[in-house]
Amino acid sequence: MSQGIGVVGLYVRDQDEALEFYVGKLGFRVHTDARNGDYRWLTVQHPEQPSLQLGLFKPQEPVLDAGTAQTVREIVAKGAMPPLVLNVDDCRATFERLRASGVEFTQAPEERYGNVDANFRDPSGNGWKMIQNGRKPG
Amino acid sequence: MADDTEYTPAPRASLDPELLRRLLRAKDRMDAASHEEWPVRRLARVSAVSEAHFARSFKDAFGVPPHRYLLTRRIERAKTLLRDTELPILDIALQTGWNSLGTFGRTFRDVTGESPSGLRAREREARHQLDRVPACYVSAAHRPGLTTAVSEKRRQQAGATKKPPRETEAT
Repeated sequence: MSQGIGVVGLYVRDQDEALEFYVGKLGFRVHTDARNGDYRWLTVQHPEQPSLQLGLFKPQEPVLDAGTAQTVREIVAKGAMPPLVLNVDDCRATFERLRASGVEFTQAPEERYGNVDANFRDPSGNGWKMIQNGRKPG
Repeated sequence: MADDTEYTPAPRASLDPELLRRLLRAKDRMDAASHEEWPVRRLARVSAVSEAHFARSFKDAFGVPPHRYLLTRRIERAKTLLRDTELPILDIALQTGWNSLGTFGRTFRDVTGESPSGLRAREREARHQLDRVPACYVSAAHRPGLTTAVSEKRRQQAGATKKPPRETEAT
């Protein structure tokens, strides 16, 4: 696919910590890790979704002014960033595997409307909902 | 030239993101088990801060004291169960953290402005296409905004919340 959304960015408190989480625990792959001085453009991708990169960005100067960067760090740490959804084939199995690797779940798998979902957070506070879609496609 | 008399926002205490992240953990735990009792001691332990520090910093971070936040989650969950299930209202009261139908009904009315059975009847009349939205967001959208402590005071005066079956420390 050559058209569509290419990169969606997330704010994280520490890029090394985020890399360890998204790659080491969730099983994403690094797409780009480019440094320039204090600035680091870091994106990862889901192994089955090479068309989309997930940017792991630090709220920092000079891209943001110091006050704004601090505000963003607080907002992220309070879990107030918009929801993220990860689609999986088997929510309960993935839950067991990720929990064993130390992922911080905030809701164990529950079934509703024929779907099974669970919630977890990344180390920064970004909230993910992991959904196994029980509906037939289309 | 900037005019010195122009509006300047009130100075805001900036909070340590590391502390906020730990306070979020306590909030997450209340979200996951709002029917349980969450005394400050238990919440402070989750956040790894002193009890004295916890209540104040939680309110600074999330705008409401922890016990009132918990109440909003209980009411939210009760509304969801009233809308989505056929459970008797007594069962819903017990499942959401009250131990008396009377206290539940009174608090529910104080907070939402209608009775549990009234809400159920109204929701039944208007069926929504909510199965396309993750259930927690549907639920959160109906969370009451408790800006006053009136109903909470009444709840405490009634003193009828359920004791926790046990302090389950999940994960």
